[in-house]
Amino acid sequence: MADQGFDKDELVNTIHEGIEAVNAADSSAKLHEARNTYVGKDSLIAHVQHGLGSLPVDQRKEAGQLLGKLRAEFGRAYGARSEQIKAIEQQQRLRDEKVDVTLPVDRHPLGARHPLSKLMEDIQDFFVSMGWVISEGPEVDSEWFDFDSLNFGPDHPARQMQDTFYVKGDKAVDAAGFKGSNMVLRTQTSSDQVRGLIHRGVPLYMACTGRVYRTDELDATHTPVFHQCEALAVDKGLTMSDLKGTLDALAVAMFGPEAHTRLRPSYFPFTEPSAEMDLWFPDKKGGAGWIEWGGCGMVHPNVLRSAGLDPDEYTGFAFGVGVERALLLRHDINDMHDLVEGDVRFSQQFAMGE
Amino acid sequence: MPMVDIDWLKEHVSVPDDLTVEQLSQDLVKVGLETEDIHPSTVTGPVVVGRIVDFDREPQSNGKTVSWCHIDVGEKYNDTDENGNKVPRGIICGAPNVAKDALVVVALPGAVLPGDFEIATRKTYGHTSEGMCCSSKELGLSAEADGIIILTEEGFSKEEIKDIKPGDDALALLKLDRPILEINITPDRGYAFSYRGVAREYHHSTGRAYTDPVPALAAAAPKVDKNHIGDVAAKIEDNDPIHGVPGCDRYYLRTVTGFDPNAETPNWMRRRLVRAGVRTHSLAVDITNYVMLDLGQPLHAYDLDKVAQPIVVRRASEGEKLTTLDGVSRTLSHEDLVIADSPDGNEGSRVLGLAGDMGGAFSEVTSSTRNVLIEAAHFDQVTVARTARRHKLPTDASHRFERGVDDQMQPAAAQYAADLLTRYGQGEASDNPTDLDSTTPRKPILFKADWVKRLANLDLPIDEISDILTDIGCVVAGGGNGILSVTPPSWRPDLNIAPDLVEEVARIVGYDKIPVEIPSAPVKDTGLTLDQRRYRAVANDLAEAGLTETLSYPFVGDEDYEAFALDADAVKAQSVQITNPLAGDRPFLRTHVLYTLARIARRNIGRGLTNVQIYELGTCFRLHDDMPVIPALPGGVRPTDEQLEVLEKGLPDQPKEAAALLTGQAVNPGWYKESRAIDYSDALALVDRLGRELGIDLRFEQFDPDNPQAGINAATWHPGRTAVVRTPKGTAVGVAGELHPQVCRNLGLPDHSAALDLNLTAIFAELSTQPLQAMTISTFPPVREDLAFNVPEEVTAATLMDAIRRGGADDLESMRLFDVYRGEDLGQGRKSLAFSVVYRSPSKTLRSNDARAIRKRIVDEVKKLGGKIRQ
Repeated sequence: MADQGFDKDELVNTIHEGIEAVNAADSSAKLHEARNTYVGKDSLIAHVQHGLGSLPVDQRKEAGQLLGKLRAEFGRAYGARSEQIKAIEQQQRLRDEKVDVTLPVDRHPLGARHPLSKLMEDIQDFFVSMGWVISEGPEVDSEWFDFDSLNFGPDHPARQMQDTFYVKGDKAVDAAGFKGSNMVLRTQTSSDQVRGLIHRGVPLYMACTGRVYRTDELDATHTPVFHQCEALAVDKGLTMSDLKGTLDALAVAMFGPEAHTRLRPSYFPFTEPSAEMDLWFPDKKGGAGWIEWGGCGMVHPNVLRSAGLDPDEYTGFAFGVGVERALLLRHDINDMHDLVEGDVRFSQQFAMGE
Repeated sequence: MPMVDIDWLKEHVSVPDDLTVEQLSQDLVKVGLETEDIHPSTVTGPVVVGRIVDFDREPQSNGKTVSWCHIDVGEKYNDTDENGNKVPRGIICGAPNVAKDALVVVALPGAVLPGDFEIATRKTYGHTSEGMCCSSKELGLSAEADGIIILTEEGFSKEEIKDIKPGDDALALLKLDRPILEINITPDRGYAFSYRGVAREYHHSTGRAYTDPVPALAAAAPKVDKNHIGDVAAKIEDNDPIHGVPGCDRYYLRTVTGFDPNAETPNWMRRRLVRAGVRTHSLAVDITNYVMLDLGQPLHAYDLDKVAQPIVVRRASEGEKLTTLDGVSRTLSHEDLVIADSPDGNEGSRVLGLAGDMGGAFSEVTSSTRNVLIEAAHFDQVTVARTARRHKLPTDASHRFERGVDDQMQPAAAQYAADLLTRYGQGEASDNPTDLDSTTPRKPILFKADWVKRLANLDLPIDEISDILTDIGCVVAGGGNGILSVTPPSWRPDLNIAPDLVEEVARIVGYDKIPVEIPSAPVKDTGLTLDQRRYRAVANDLAEAGLTETLSYPFVGDEDYEAFALDADAVKAQSVQITNPLAGDRPFLRTHVLYTLARIARRNIGRGLTNVQIYELGTCFRLHDDMPVIPALPGGVRPTDEQLEVLEKGLPDQPKEAAALLTGQAVNPGWYKESRAIDYSDALALVDRLGRELGIDLRFEQFDPDNPQAGINAATWHPGRTAVVRTPKGTAVGVAGELHPQVCRNLGLPDHSAALDLNLTAIFAELSTQPLQAMTISTFPPVREDLAFNVPEEVTAATLMDAIRRGGADDLESMRLFDVYRGEDLGQGRKSLAFSVVYRSPSKTLRSNDARAIRKRIVDEVKKLGGKIRQ
């Protein structure tokens, strides 16, 4: 070491050489190496710093300033280069992490609802939105609720028309004297009409959705187990106008803004006047057209009487629609087998909706 | 259901010349006669009139004689010779009745006859035959034919024959070219089972002029007093009426004598019957069918000479026998009403037929009948309906009687039949009929006219209402005080109360005229119920967990019981059985949803699908001990509260269940993950997940196959990998785990298939209806540590975790079991369960001595189970 304590030029050159090394570094490792070499513990500047105390006071200050300036210079260069290298290295890492996003992944597989169940929920939601209540009713029911209370007498031709599953039994006796159980698998969700009127009271606005049964063999258009939605409103002052309005609103909810309904005179024991309801279906295959969708009418006085209500005081309307039919229509399904067989591929098309 | 032939309809109502079947269909639909089908013509293509110019009979080696005919089929269809001249066609014909100049029906190449019989030019018997001469059978007009149709013998008038020329469209001539409408008749509209009724409805729909044929016929019928006994003695003896209604309240007999048994049915009538889908027989039988189709009154024709008077209408005695016309021997019930006669003076001893349904073989008209007895009766709807049902013998007659026949038209119908019989079969109609008549006039309905507004919301003046009701045949009087006295016509037994009349008015005005309104329901108990929302939540959650929802039929039988290794007798004892099942082998309703869900899984696997993981929410059905007998109660009367209770209690239990079945891989092998096969834990995890979804802590209890809990069938489930699911109150609400390997084999499912079956109704019953009371979230820092416990084998994880919970109390935030270990170092019959636990105090920062104290409380609890902490 010289008299003045250190070789100033050498120090300056070394630091400048260090700055060049920093600028030349192309990785964090080289950058760190340059820092260790030029400003680290064994670097020249560290030695100089160490010897600073032994310098004369007048030189000490000047040297100190020089050292500070050089360190600052180096530090700026280091900082700048460090930012650059981090950016480069981050880009490199991102490049390395690239994947083929078209590789199939199924970490959280989704199952599927059955479209019939979902459609039932949609129909329920429609009625809920109108302020109605939803009932279910028992699938095995008494003949009284399924037939007699609805004005189907024991010998009513309509009662024979319905292909009823009877529940076996030998303790009960029916009106004609035949032994049985007086229970059936309900043939219609209308079976919950009088139960609703009696147990919930009037005014009543109620939709009953659920499974019903008829002794039809399964084929492309029939199934012995199917689903209906029954709507019943009993209040003071209800007319066929209210029936028509409710039907139109349901049609729009199910089939879009262009859908509407029309009524044709018909016959049901539990309604009078009665009507068949046709649906104007804009998306019908082969062009928009009318499709039979269900039966309806004004509640028959005998049905009101079955619930202990006075037909001179109350009026009501009721209608029933087939859920399968609506589903087949909406989705252009041609074969009932698809709905009942439970092939998972069928439901999976619909995922969580329908 | 009846056919509507425009040509026939014209007899009673005027129709536009250009009326199409499609338009007719729309017109009838408007007033409530629904279209069943429009049947296209069964003959298409060129079928024309031909004149046989000449023919040669050519005997063949096969013994047949065929005729080589030249037939003029008109300018348009004739052949062209080498000089360009039109010449007759050459056609081979095998019929015996070929004659020169005969006008015949020729099907030309391109025509298609019934049975998809295509006509083409063909080489036969050494000639090229360019068409075919048709018989009535080949055109579908009759079941048998002796030869080809000769048009001059087809019942056309001389003037009509004069106008028929070769080349004319023979299909139009024979009315074979038009489609026919088949309509559906609702049970209330018996009268529309006739041209008389359909024509009236067409009038109501279009306003075109209608003439009821019955009044004129009635006027022409001989006038006799009520209950007059004429040429033929008869009596009604009903000792056993159903619901107090006599089986027969009108019995009318008329004779036609000197009838020609060989007389043939006129062709026009034959064509009409054929188009109506009725087979033709003899003239007398054809006429009874024709009158029934035209007027709606079923008639029966007897051979008068075979009937021993008096005729007795009575109930059958139980076990009495009758061979009906269809050749079936039937054992009669005391409810069957029969027509009997009195051979050898034994009154009513011989049964001739089932009243209103079908006759017997004896006393039928035959090819030798010269004296005909026509029966026109009115039978009780219920009696006939029950007979037809009992003997599974629905007939054209029973269809009409069941729905109600006009009880005042019997003389008119018999008159019409007598007219036709004498016109086409000579003979003479007697003017001394028998008419047993106990019918009563219809009572008027007092009809408040404002009910039209009240029910149908139609604003109509009372006069218009009155006019409409008059037009449908009612006699209407009064009206000054807004109340009409309305007597319905005899052919409308369905009109009895005010709403019936409102329907008549509304349908004739048009349902489309009723304005549209939307009712507003009062705000009361609206929205889905809690249980309805929970049911949906379960359904959605299982799908979100990756399962697919299916819906199966609830029918089960021995095959299913066997597959699930159930004690069939025990299950049947608590199962609902169907009297008339579709599939004979599945006559019971499921007691658990799982039993039918398995069939769906098997079907999917059968279709080559793997990893089938499905679920179903649905109803199952179980008889229970306390089921009172359900009474037969009348409609139209509110049952008493006690009766209503029986109507509910008498039903089987019908809880809602959720079942799931899991097969194959739980996690599919993938390029980025390990695969894993389904096992019991998948089923349990789903139960756990559903419990969290519903806000209930569903607990698992080890299933004990030697002492099965909650009626779970031991042979169905894996003895060591099955859990009983219980609510916090301890109610068993289901089962989850692996199916027994034998059951998996029976069902065709892979080994280790897992399943669950939960009684949702029972779970929902224990759910809180109160809003959840949220706990305070502590923001003090947590302390985490891992604790491993060495415990005896028999200590279940659930027991151990309960102990940890007790020890940790409010300071234990969470615990997660992360390792289960068994090894010699633990000692015999012991295992180690390791947990990551998090302590956090609701009220302070835990120091290390606090954590040590908590740990000690936990360890102390575990010690009580014979466990110790592993260091």
